[in-house]
Amino acid sequence: MNDREPILRYTANQRTNHWIVAILFVTAGLSGLALFHPALFWLSHLFGGGPWTRVLHPYLGVAMFVFFVGLVIRFWRANFIDANDRLWLRRIDRVMLNKEEGVPAIGKYNAGQKLLFWTLLVCMLVLLVSGIVIWRAWFSAYFGIGSLRLASLLHAFAAFVLVLSIIVHIYAGIWIKGSMGAMLHGWVSRAWARKHHELWYREVTGDKPARRPGQKEG
Amino acid sequence: MASQDIIARSATTTVPPSARHQQEVAKLIDTTKCIGCKACQVACSEWNELRDEVGHSHGTYDNPQDLTAQSWTLMRFTEHERDDGNLEWLIRKDGCMHCAEPGCLKACPSPGAIIKLANGIVDFNQDHCIGCGYCITGCPFNIPRISQKDHKAYKCSLCSDRVAVGLEPACVKTCPTGAIVFGTKDDMKEHAAERIVDLKSRGFDNAGLYDPDGVGGTHVMYVLHHADTPRIYAGLPDQPVISPLVGLWKGITKPLALFAMGAAVVAGFFHYVRVGPQRVEDDEHSEPVDNGVRQVDPAVHVYDPGKPGGQEEQRP
Repeated sequence: MNDREPILRYTANQRTNHWIVAILFVTAGLSGLALFHPALFWLSHLFGGGPWTRVLHPYLGVAMFVFFVGLVIRFWRANFIDANDRLWLRRIDRVMLNKEEGVPAIGKYNAGQKLLFWTLLVCMLVLLVSGIVIWRAWFSAYFGIGSLRLASLLHAFAAFVLVLSIIVHIYAGIWIKGSMGAMLHGWVSRAWARKHHELWYREVTGDKPARRPGQKEG
Repeated sequence: MASQDIIARSATTTVPPSARHQQEVAKLIDTTKCIGCKACQVACSEWNELRDEVGHSHGTYDNPQDLTAQSWTLMRFTEHERDDGNLEWLIRKDGCMHCAEPGCLKACPSPGAIIKLANGIVDFNQDHCIGCGYCITGCPFNIPRISQKDHKAYKCSLCSDRVAVGLEPACVKTCPTGAIVFGTKDDMKEHAAERIVDLKSRGFDNAGLYDPDGVGGTHVMYVLHHADTPRIYAGLPDQPVISPLVGLWKGITKPLALFAMGAAVVAGFFHYVRVGPQRVEDDEHSEPVDNGVRQVDPAVHVYDPGKPGGQEEQRP
């Protein structure tokens, strides 16, 4: 096996699904932020004004949820949190400083990525349910005023957590060189895989942790 | 209305024009004088050129059944049985209360769609309304209604157009019993006080004025024979306040959340500036690095896929 050969981290379908969700997040997010605080109401002009922002936002949100379910189906199995992840989280200070000593080798996803996955899933579910309750054009008539008030609050809170999580997610992609390429064109270098996701690298390539001379490679 | 008369404006964080001072006005509805003729409903429709669809009788005198985008005021009839077994017919003209601290204005996300005028009137500007319905969520009195035709919110304007030129609201002008009167808020309070003295002398010991503090007072007030139990008047809230949930939703949390999101972006930028990106070293391309350092860590051994049972992750 050629050590210089790159590794496919995400298939074309996985990448497409991810970026559909990303585009819908940006559009749903900007239209939602327009209504979140007066300082951001100008964002409504991106969608053709206030009424169009109000009309489009829930449809964008529902579409984002539907495609996000696609990502969940593709990736949920790789996101179970285990003891190794807890150790990684205890060493998060070293991770943040680009230090690798004492940071455990990890599989396809590190604990931060896994926590992000579950946080996004919870936020998306809360946003969907509360969003349906406050969707005036179709559903609000079926709910009492108490539900509407609670749903409005939960919707704003879940959106806030989601936006914060995505800010972290996007920064991680900028910070960890090579990960943006993994989601854009799909490929990562073997060195990248070994450095950032060693257990996954060994699993994909069949490499042993420390190769003895003369051992046949798989 | 001159723009100087607007003293509060929805979704606006700066101080609105407040150079002019006007006396606060109020409409006083005396439920003890109301005969339920609905002339006020007709006058409202006529002046504001509203034509609601003809509905169906649900076995009560309420007609229409509820406030709508085309019905801004409504007589609500309650058959109240007193403790002594006698029946009392309570009739309350429902509609916007024109709160001094309007929940609708607090909840509205569209700049200028809801305004409060210097004379106390809370008015909707449908041209700026986006149809989200947050005013309904914010209102303690369940007043605004969204039109199914144009998806704009509507409610009683206290005939702001008439009041601006020195006329009383249409419902006041038409009321045949003098149950609805209009003037400065101070005058209306004085008038109410006289009415309450009269009612008490007639045996209504709990007669009183409904001008709830929880919303800073209102510019539509009621004289009630039973001011100790407003709820018996077709659910008039005993202690109306802007819901704490709405306060939390639209209060200090919003600017704090906005700040936190901005801070997260700035924190990321400075992390990049101070710690820098994580790059894969070029020399790592050739041979696998000796990861002996990690292997001293016992936790790593557990997850060594070379050992049976060490593999916990499956690729999807």
